[in-house]
Amino acid sequence: MELLVASAVGMMTAAGIYLFLRLRTFPVILGLALLSYAVNLFLFATGRLIVGAPAILSLHLKEYTDPLPQALVLTAIVISFGMTALVVILSLGAYLETGNDRIDMHEPLDAPQVDATTATPSDGPEHHPAGPEEQS
Amino acid sequence: MPLALIAALPFLGALFPALMARAGRNTCAGVTGAFTALALLGLLLHAPAVLAGHEIVQRITWVPQIGLNANFFLDGLGFLFALLILGIGLLIILYARFYLDPKDSMGEFYTYLLLFQGAMVGIVLSDNVLLLLVFWELTSLSSFLLIGFWKHLAEGRQGARMALAVTGMGGLAMIAGMLILGHIAGSYDISEILKHRTEIQASPLFLPAMLLILTGAFAKSAQFPFHFWLPHAMAAPTPVSAYLHSATMVKAGLFLMARLWPIFAGRPEWFYIVSTVGLLTMVMAAKIALFKDDLKALLAYSTVSHLGLITFLLGLGTKAAAVAAVFHIINHAIFKAALFMTAGIVDHETHTRDAKRLGGLMTLMPITFTIATIAGLAMAGIPPFNGFISKEMMLEAAAHTYWLGNPWILGVVATLGALFSVAYSLRYIAHVFLGPARDDYPAKPHDPGFGLWASPGILAALVIAIGLFPMAMAGWIVTAAASAVTGTAVHPELALWHGISPALWMSVIAVSGGALLVALHAPLERLWLATPKPEAKRIFDALMRAATGAARGVTEGLHNGAISRYLTIFSVTCILAGAYAYFSGTVSAGTRALTPLEPVPLIAWFALVAATAAVVMYHHNRLLSLVLVGIIGLMVSIAFVYLSAPDLALTQISVEVVTVMLLLLALNFLPKTTPKESSSPRKWRDGIIAIAGGLGVGGLIYALMMRNFAFQTISAYQMAHAKPDAGGENVVNVIIVDFRGYDTFGEITVLGIAAIAIYALTDALLRGPANARLRGWVPDLKRAGDRHPLMLVVATRVMMPIAVLVGIFIYLRGHNDPGGGFVAGLVIAIALLMQYMASGFAWAHLRQRFNYQALIGLGVLAAAFTGIGAFFNGRPFLTSDFGHFYIPYLGHFELATAMGFDLGVFLTVVGAVMLALASLSLIARRAGETVNRAPMSIDPREDAAEASPEARPENAPGTDVAPDGDGPPPAPEVR
Repeated sequence: MELLVASAVGMMTAAGIYLFLRLRTFPVILGLALLSYAVNLFLFATGRLIVGAPAILSLHLKEYTDPLPQALVLTAIVISFGMTALVVILSLGAYLETGNDRIDMHEPLDAPQVDATTATPSDGPEHHPAGPEEQS
Repeated sequence: MPLALIAALPFLGALFPALMARAGRNTCAGVTGAFTALALLGLLLHAPAVLAGHEIVQRITWVPQIGLNANFFLDGLGFLFALLILGIGLLIILYARFYLDPKDSMGEFYTYLLLFQGAMVGIVLSDNVLLLLVFWELTSLSSFLLIGFWKHLAEGRQGARMALAVTGMGGLAMIAGMLILGHIAGSYDISEILKHRTEIQASPLFLPAMLLILTGAFAKSAQFPFHFWLPHAMAAPTPVSAYLHSATMVKAGLFLMARLWPIFAGRPEWFYIVSTVGLLTMVMAAKIALFKDDLKALLAYSTVSHLGLITFLLGLGTKAAAVAAVFHIINHAIFKAALFMTAGIVDHETHTRDAKRLGGLMTLMPITFTIATIAGLAMAGIPPFNGFISKEMMLEAAAHTYWLGNPWILGVVATLGALFSVAYSLRYIAHVFLGPARDDYPAKPHDPGFGLWASPGILAALVIAIGLFPMAMAGWIVTAAASAVTGTAVHPELALWHGISPALWMSVIAVSGGALLVALHAPLERLWLATPKPEAKRIFDALMRAATGAARGVTEGLHNGAISRYLTIFSVTCILAGAYAYFSGTVSAGTRALTPLEPVPLIAWFALVAATAAVVMYHHNRLLSLVLVGIIGLMVSIAFVYLSAPDLALTQISVEVVTVMLLLLALNFLPKTTPKESSSPRKWRDGIIAIAGGLGVGGLIYALMMRNFAFQTISAYQMAHAKPDAGGENVVNVIIVDFRGYDTFGEITVLGIAAIAIYALTDALLRGPANARLRGWVPDLKRAGDRHPLMLVVATRVMMPIAVLVGIFIYLRGHNDPGGGFVAGLVIAIALLMQYMASGFAWAHLRQRFNYQALIGLGVLAAAFTGIGAFFNGRPFLTSDFGHFYIPYLGHFELATAMGFDLGVFLTVVGAVMLALASLSLIARRAGETVNRAPMSIDPREDAAEASPEARPENAPGTDVAPDGDGPPPAPEVR
């Protein structure tokens, strides 16, 4: 069982590293997602593997799994969602602003820049996602 | 008054000048002065005890683990310095009130001044060296602000940077020296360190510690070879120069040498380094001062020279020299502050400080002339002014000291220094005030108002009073301070007339030689200008350029704007560090037995490995790779289920759902394929890095799992206390909401911030060039025939209440069974998202009555208030409480305050997830997505109502109409 977990962590790490070394944003995001799986599983496994003994107090169990790594990983999962969402917006924004989704700055931008005169500050969002009362 | 309060008063005062600046210049200066005066009063209340030889001590434990305590103590030496800092500070505040131009921001000036004053008082009152170092660095920082106060002047900015660089680097050296000293003595309290003289002198680290501390002190007190920053700091407004370079900043180094005098004095290393450097600085700076035309530059070099004099005296290591040093510290502070102020007055009234353009001001500015002459003659060391007495004492000490066995060399060099000192002092008087009045001054000179000359006037009166009655005026404080420096009771005899002594003859030579030099100034200056001199600033600038060039080279080599490069460097560094640790250590076999293998996990493992391999192989097809990542996430959730982590499994699977949705939404606007552009060698390189990383991480976790815990884990405590102390059976949840509640509180705050950042980014995005691109968006995928299928709409409507019920259920059971705020929040978010998917985001959004930002704020506040609630029980933040309640008809319930905290978590998660996805769909709206008029693509009611024959496209772009629901209509699209 330990072998399976360790090899899965190793596989996901390797895939994550390979993908985040690519040159476009989308594979990098996927690579980071894979790496978060690997890291979460890694942290979880530091509590050692126990089958069928969740850390929920009961009269039948003598031994429990270690709850602390689980608590840490639980919050880490949610935080990594927040991080992924932020990175997605950043990459989407970069793509929409520049017309390409490369992650390296020194490469020439292959798409022409949007004419600044057509996009004015008054072109703000009409509908805020904040709720109906925010609408003008 | 407690010592800590005396040191704190200027800092507290620093809050006010900026606030008071609008109330007028007098109020602003008055408030500033009030805080200084209050601190001075507090200090003076301690005067009787200190002068009687007692030490006032105040100890505040701060970080005792590293020996850092806010310990203050006040003895004669500290008292003298604090008196100078606060007393002259008060005069400077008065002077600056009238000196500063209405254009200068007075509030800003006084704020910096008080910050600096507080830092200085802190230095001289600190008993703990670490605390002293904190204040020491604060003086460097606040003096940077003061010197660069006139931000529009390039010299001001450069001078401030140079002062900060030199004194800051000296400060770093001193930190090292102080730490060594504290390490040898076994305590970081100065009063303790001073008791360990013999241990410190016997230690092999004595010399390094001394050299490091001296580097710091010399840099601060502008001793050779660090003297060059001080003249460049003259770009500051004159009140700053008068303050920093008479009584405070530059005296900090002297203070430190005097403070540590008992452990260093008498050692030959100390004698040769300190007295030689001091004497060298004194003569060299005095010579340069003679040829400076800028009055402030002249005074700056004279300051360096006098600091050298005092350093020389401290280096001699005898009690008589220490007494002379203390006395000259007082005298120099008084006459130098007065001289700087007169230079400021001349500059203020004539608009020039160039000695070549001045002269003959005696009749035009008689008051200024009188003050400047008194202070100038004191600096020259001419009786009956105060500078004469301490200079005689210095010459006396020099005349009786052997240097490398030579009995007269110190006396000769000291006389030479005194001679130059007389020369530049006389020149300051003669070339500015004497001679015929000119008619080409840049402005018509006249004496300033009383406000401007009051401060130097008071100081000039002190110069005379101390000169005439040294014992009555200064004897008491010199005794107290010199006793504190030497650590033994000294009884100095200060007198104007010492009888016919060698020192008197040396003085006579110095005065007559100095007068001669002034008379011969013009030919000497031509000679001076003809000789080449090393320009310290050019050397300094070259060094700084080299340093910044090197730093930029390294930074740009690592961070050249290519993220793939950073990530490669980062991964390789991590792998190499891991490899180094692995190969330099020893590996023993694991001790734990393998957990037996069963078929179900094996199947999941195969799925995971296959999906991972496939992601790498097919990552160019983005949609496919997203699906594969979803499979991997699902398999990870299954692993959590199997390995006794139900909470994790629930969280992982619900996060998986929202993440995939988010990425799908984003992918709508991104290219659907990744071009194949990596070269083959690059792929190989990345592959090798990836495999090395994977092997390392996999091997590490395998090794970890095969071993037992090295220490008892703290989970045992948590398991034991979850039920009795926190009232929960699900220990994972109890840890999240209770034991590590602080952590969770931070995490939900971060999550909320991330979501709001996403919202803000979207908002900014839609105002920039992306807006135009989106408006002209042409979908690159074919749209589905029915985007809002009837079956999906009906199914999600039915599911909605059930899903919400499940969410609430998961939230309520969380404390005792798998579940909790995080999972419940995600489940509710998914329930809402299903509606959004079924009928379109905008349609659903119009029907939803709460604001996501408010939800996030509410969540964080709910968690915070639950935590604060513990205060009312007299417990620390986030201490939870629980109790059992009986609710009629429902039975016994257990309620814990942690539920309130978990509610905060729940609300934040719902708000954050929804806000992130809502922001993304906002982009979709901009790209032509419309509000559909009906909840589904085929609306039976609509079909019945509109029996018109022409087929109208359903929900075609541009057909924004008010939905028939109860929400307000959408704003019209601005095209």
